[in-house]
Amino acid sequence: MIAAAVPITTPSIDFWAIAPIMALVGAGVGVVLIRALLRRHAAVTPICFGFSLLGVVVAAGLLVRQWNLVRDDGPLTSFSGMVRVDPFAVFLGIVVVAATAMGLMLSYSYIRRNDFEGPEYFALVLLSASGMLMMTTANDLIIVFLSLEVLSIPLYVLAAFDKRRLRSQEAGLKYFVLGAFSSAVFLYGIALTYGATGTTSLTGIATFLSKNTLFEQGTLLVGLGLLLVGLGFKVAAVPFHMWTPDVYQGAPTPVTAFMAAATKAAAFGAILRIVTTAFPQYRDDWRPIIFVLAALSMLIGAIAALAQNDIKRTLAYSSIAHAGYILMGVYAATSRGREAALLYLLVYAFMAIGAFAVVMIAAPSPDDAKHSYDDYRGMALRRPVLGGLLIFFVLAQAGVPLTSGFIGKLEIFGSVAQAGETRDYILLVIGVVSAVIAFGFYLRIAYTLVTAPEDEGALEAAYAKPRRVDGWTGIVLIAAAALTLVIGLAPGTFIHFARDAVFF
Amino acid sequence: MSFPLLLAIIATPALGAVVISLLPAGRPEVIKAFGYLFTVATAGLCGYLLWNFQAGQASFQFVYDKPWIPGLGVRFTLGVDGISLFMVVVTGLLFPLGLLASEKYIVHRVKAYVAWFLMLEMAIMGIFLTLDLIAFFVFWELMLVPMYFLILGWGSARRKYAAMKFFIYTGLGSAFLLASTLVLGFLHQADTGVLSFDYRVLADWNGLSGTAEVLLFLGFMAAFAIKAPLFPFHTWLPDVHTEAPTAGSVVLAGVIIKMGAYGFVRFSFELFPQASVDLAPILLVLAVIGILYGAIVAAMQTDLKRVIAYSSVAHMGFVILGIFSLTVIGIDGAVFTMVSHPLTTGALFLLVGMIYERLHTREIGEMGGMWKSVPVLTGLFIVAMFAGIGLPGFSGFIGEFLSLTGAFLYDRPYAIVAAFGVIFAAVYMLWPFKKAFAGKASGAVAAMKDLDVREIVVVVPLLALSLFLGIYPKPVLDRIEPSADRAVLHFEQRTDYRSPEHSKARIERLREVEKEQAKEAKAAAKEAAKGAADGEGAK
Repeated sequence: MIAAAVPITTPSIDFWAIAPIMALVGAGVGVVLIRALLRRHAAVTPICFGFSLLGVVVAAGLLVRQWNLVRDDGPLTSFSGMVRVDPFAVFLGIVVVAATAMGLMLSYSYIRRNDFEGPEYFALVLLSASGMLMMTTANDLIIVFLSLEVLSIPLYVLAAFDKRRLRSQEAGLKYFVLGAFSSAVFLYGIALTYGATGTTSLTGIATFLSKNTLFEQGTLLVGLGLLLVGLGFKVAAVPFHMWTPDVYQGAPTPVTAFMAAATKAAAFGAILRIVTTAFPQYRDDWRPIIFVLAALSMLIGAIAALAQNDIKRTLAYSSIAHAGYILMGVYAATSRGREAALLYLLVYAFMAIGAFAVVMIAAPSPDDAKHSYDDYRGMALRRPVLGGLLIFFVLAQAGVPLTSGFIGKLEIFGSVAQAGETRDYILLVIGVVSAVIAFGFYLRIAYTLVTAPEDEGALEAAYAKPRRVDGWTGIVLIAAAALTLVIGLAPGTFIHFARDAVFF
Repeated sequence: MSFPLLLAIIATPALGAVVISLLPAGRPEVIKAFGYLFTVATAGLCGYLLWNFQAGQASFQFVYDKPWIPGLGVRFTLGVDGISLFMVVVTGLLFPLGLLASEKYIVHRVKAYVAWFLMLEMAIMGIFLTLDLIAFFVFWELMLVPMYFLILGWGSARRKYAAMKFFIYTGLGSAFLLASTLVLGFLHQADTGVLSFDYRVLADWNGLSGTAEVLLFLGFMAAFAIKAPLFPFHTWLPDVHTEAPTAGSVVLAGVIIKMGAYGFVRFSFELFPQASVDLAPILLVLAVIGILYGAIVAAMQTDLKRVIAYSSVAHMGFVILGIFSLTVIGIDGAVFTMVSHPLTTGALFLLVGMIYERLHTREIGEMGGMWKSVPVLTGLFIVAMFAGIGLPGFSGFIGEFLSLTGAFLYDRPYAIVAAFGVIFAAVYMLWPFKKAFAGKASGAVAAMKDLDVREIVVVVPLLALSLFLGIYPKPVLDRIEPSADRAVLHFEQRTDYRSPEHSKARIERLREVEKEQAKEAKAAAKEAAKGAADGEGAK
């Protein structure tokens, strides 16, 4: 009786705020439904692919609309402040959606080539992408955790999607075990933070900490540390990187491409938002942690990559080093640092997808199992366009001028140089030295591609019947290469775009 | 707006690289024709630049300026003065000759070779023409990639090792260059509120603390000293020279190793005047060691190409010696050597390349008696050798003499010790000459064919130019001197350093500048006083 008398206040729900997420989820569910209706119809995979692309395009359109909206009217908060759509979220959303679209196109050609069951695969990619989108808008630790799970679980399955290849199975299991572990750590971090501040809302935490001085800091600091550990796993920062090479190597190549580009964007979005929105007062506590993560990731990523004999593994280690560069932007803890990190996530997405796309299409064996340097020896001599593209993408990742990778690195290093203290300069020097070390393995890839093996006949035989590059892969390759080149030559528009997006 | 000549000098080879990469690989003769077209066109533009350059001016000419990376204040600013002018012209001259020299040697994958070669030219032109530090770094870094692929794709036996060594050394240097550039730019921003990487803006700024200036100087020096190559950062040079294809060696010796010296004069001097003055003795000592060490090691070599490679270390020692004598005459001499060394060393590398094409060896011990079998080659080699030694009458002598004079004015011991290098030069060149050319010709040597017309055409212009400049250096010196003078004036304005040269003109100008500065300071003080008074009044 009493309960009936008290009106229940429901939180305001603005569905426009989560419309892009809904579009992706809708497309994912739609794909499953189509599969259920058409069963083993011959055209089920193309139809599902078309439907998935449609969902991504709708999501992209909605994101563009949101961009205009939030830039003019300020951020949009909904669901009791749990979801916050601001330029920052929309920017990362666009990176995620672009990576998803490219990942889907690569997957389609990969699936047809390997005779996979398609539809479920697309549904998993879309659901994972919806989790990533959610993560970029998450303004509450619970939502961050929720989206972490939504994005991860489909990825575990995707990594293990190639049933015939043992390495793929291994990748899935490894990713699952370590991912579940990191989720648990993250959850524990949430619990401790909640214990210390009494709220899980990021803005709430910040308000609480600005008004109250904690009598005992330990709980909160451990909580903050565990949150960073949990997300550190997702972005593959050293020392939480152990899974990366195995998973990147074992997973089907389009999944690796998608994972490298999109997961990084989403997880870095969460890191930036948590440390900037919730813990601005604890700057001096989290910056040293990020310093160590960044320095270790850059150095160990680059050095370990030198010792690899497999191109996919090398690129996996290089992605660890790239995570280190982005962490430098986080470390700067300024709006220039955020701008640089955002720009780097954007340019890295295209460089990484481009490189993996070439690896996927040019792999000497059809079943995606062999990617050792020996398998690629002399490839650029037989297939100059594909080889040239791979050289271009790895040089871009190395940060050679006139590619987007250089602009990204310049912005990142600039943001740390601007911070202006001695330890900032130390990190800067570590960064540039790691970039030089990284040059070593990128050039080794390029070298492998342009030198003929001892046995010229084998090379002749291996490329006697070169695999055709299908249209969808072609689109991805052209788009990634064009963006990498354009951002490198005329970065103005993209820098302005990233600069508009630093606001929470 | 007038024709953007400097942009065209950078863009022409870049365009050439793009065009050639679009041509079909199956027609090497077409590719070569296009290669000549674009390198000769670039050379033509450089000739036009030389013709229209106003002698006697210290400021930058043909300035071209466009924004590039807005967020970082990076601009695409090009300009040329007396120091960069001749580097650009020499680059323009060496590239078509390098291509001509590769005619026989390069038979595999001609397309990729010519495309990389043109990209290299674009990057080198950019390095000498840009005035923005970030753009400078862009070209500096960009130069590594084509050079790496040229050594790797067309080098001799140990090319993989050489390419990697080249890359690691210069890459490490440029990493510190980038870090220092960014720190400098942002320190300037923190002080003045303006984010700019235009080196003229940064050179006018006087707000660096002493320690910061020294550290940043060392950061820049890491890049320049490795590239120069200054002892003890020179160890990459002989390996890379030996393994690189002939045209690569010519370009490497001709212009790439000059970039380090150029960087010192252009950037380190004007950006970090106090640190340059303070650290000059250290660099002078390293330069003198380089001169003697390079000469002694060159004398020990059994590989003819390595002899010339080590002689480059010695010659670059003279360049650094001249630069860090901090005198107009020394800088004149250094820049003059930077112009003359490509001519003489370029000719020597080309001739060694021609010997190698015939004998397939560079070991001096396996030669002997070439004088009899190939008199034309021998004749040219003798001329090139004497030009390289720095015999009076050749351009090498002018540069060395001026550098030594500068060092003598700065502090005598440096000049006295370095002068021994001139004598050693005769030793390390004449010994191998005697062994390789005199004596009886054995089988392979006796069967050698003498130079054909193409090969003579490649070498003769270089030697003729060296002879001309040795006899009549005035046109070059006239154009270098105002810029060298400006550099020294900059020191005198910004530090307590006074050049030992008693140039009346400079002292007068220095007085004028000081008067002007005093006037400005007075005006500023007045303004401030007035402002304070207004503030009082408003209250």
